[in-house]
Amino acid sequence: MSPRTLMTGNEALAEAAIIAGVDAYFGYPITPQNEIPAYMSKRMPEEGRIFVQSESELAAINMVFGAAATGKRAMTSSSSPGVSLMQEGLSYLAGAELPNVVVNIMRGGPGLGNIAPTQSDYFQATRGGGHGDYYTIVLAPSTAQEMVDYTQLAFDLADEYRMTAMIIADGVLGQMMEPVVLEKRPKRKLPAKDWALTGMKNQKQKVIKSLYLPEGTLEEHNCKLQKKYKKIKDKEVLYEQDMVDDADVVVVSYGIVARSVRSAVRKAREEGINAGWLRPITLWPFPSKQISKAAEKTKTILTIEMSCGQMVEDVKLAVNGKVPVEFFGRCGGGVPSVDEILEKIKHYAKK
Amino acid sequence: MAKKNLYEEIIIAGFGGQGIMLAGKLLAQTAMDNGKEVTYMPSYGAEVRGGTANCMVVISDESIASPLVTEPDTLIAMNKASLNKFANRVKPGGLLIMNSSLINTEPKLDDTIEIISIPADQIALELGSGRSANMVALGLYLQKRELLTAEAAAKSLPDILAKRHHKTLPVNIEALKQGAEFAKGCTV
Repeated sequence: MSPRTLMTGNEALAEAAIIAGVDAYFGYPITPQNEIPAYMSKRMPEEGRIFVQSESELAAINMVFGAAATGKRAMTSSSSPGVSLMQEGLSYLAGAELPNVVVNIMRGGPGLGNIAPTQSDYFQATRGGGHGDYYTIVLAPSTAQEMVDYTQLAFDLADEYRMTAMIIADGVLGQMMEPVVLEKRPKRKLPAKDWALTGMKNQKQKVIKSLYLPEGTLEEHNCKLQKKYKKIKDKEVLYEQDMVDDADVVVVSYGIVARSVRSAVRKAREEGINAGWLRPITLWPFPSKQISKAAEKTKTILTIEMSCGQMVEDVKLAVNGKVPVEFFGRCGGGVPSVDEILEKIKHYAKK
Repeated sequence: MAKKNLYEEIIIAGFGGQGIMLAGKLLAQTAMDNGKEVTYMPSYGAEVRGGTANCMVVISDESIASPLVTEPDTLIAMNKASLNKFANRVKPGGLLIMNSSLINTEPKLDDTIEIISIPADQIALELGSGRSANMVALGLYLQKRELLTAEAAAKSLPDILAKRHHKTLPVNIEALKQGAEFAKGCTV
């Protein structure tokens, strides 16, 4: 095994992007993700790659657009208010089908909110955020090691499907240090970027755009995008679960919360309560089928989030009324403790 | 339930500039280097020199649930403000290490909590390095808790201390040792 290194989640993510071969990083500082641009400002020049501290988040996402259009691996990172500013660019990237990776280390909102950890940008990340019929792939790591693993995967997914792959984590995951193994994960077989703008050189004209004015062309383009999204929903769902088969209560959570849920479920089992857990790793595509299946056997599904209730809507859609879907959330920087979660599990197990 | 596995939650707190974060990172690095699972979580508000600073470290044999610590097994309080803030949260049966150079009164806590006062600043000043009070307190903790040794922390220190400060390695290692010696001296 490779040696373990103690790193913050933010730095682990940044180094993973370098391992994944990111060619260009563009970003504007905001807490609690500043370790990412700080790390990149040092490491990217060392690797002979591009680092730009842009004048704003709008500039950063449009620089990503430009770099991605040339076929290079491009990324940006920010935190909630900054990612709100990027939504126009994200919509254009979706329309132009450009691969890129966007990181959101979430902080409290709405507005400038605070700098504490939350998961309150779930809607924004999974519902498109910008205008138009589009999705972004959304990965939700729960450890510093997964920051390393899923950042690398995000670049491959972005290239394979020519779209944004977003990584969402929270201030705790970004700031905390944990041992990580910095290993390159096997790269997927990826399609050639024959669409990339690399200069004429006697090639046929190529156009990258999101504007489709002639009648019918935009509908056709949208149908093509939807076909792609369906393929992703069929092929790319990631999740993990444990002790679900005989559970009276199945707890659904993601990211940092899933760690405390796992611990609370273990404690519940020790006390003789049949609890289990399911954790979406991809928030889009969402593991709807797996949650639906869990709902066939259990009595209650309990969703726990660091928000006022966002993912719970997807859980309800998946469960589709089969069993009650309950919710417990902390918001504005509150983090559910293991004991709080255990208490909720006990409460719903009794019902 | 079988014997409880190792799960030690520590809060180190003081004011900005006391090396609180460095002490926490060193503890985490030492735990990792010795095969433990570990998390380190800094407070990341608008910390400035003179303001309050704290960090949380969790050490275990198994994967760690939350890096956030509400009720620590051990509190290392380096100044009065942080003692006031965290002392009441220490678990029954826990350990409170307080820097008596800057704290003049012991708090009234549950009888099961062991309180050790150490003049960390004085010991560090006698070594000629006032800023090494953090290492003195950490050395005491390591010796007292016996999860890891001060020698192990000394070995891990070069990985945590910025290269430009490596000339202070010997005095910081000595500070760790002095802290450990202090622990050996206090019989409770």
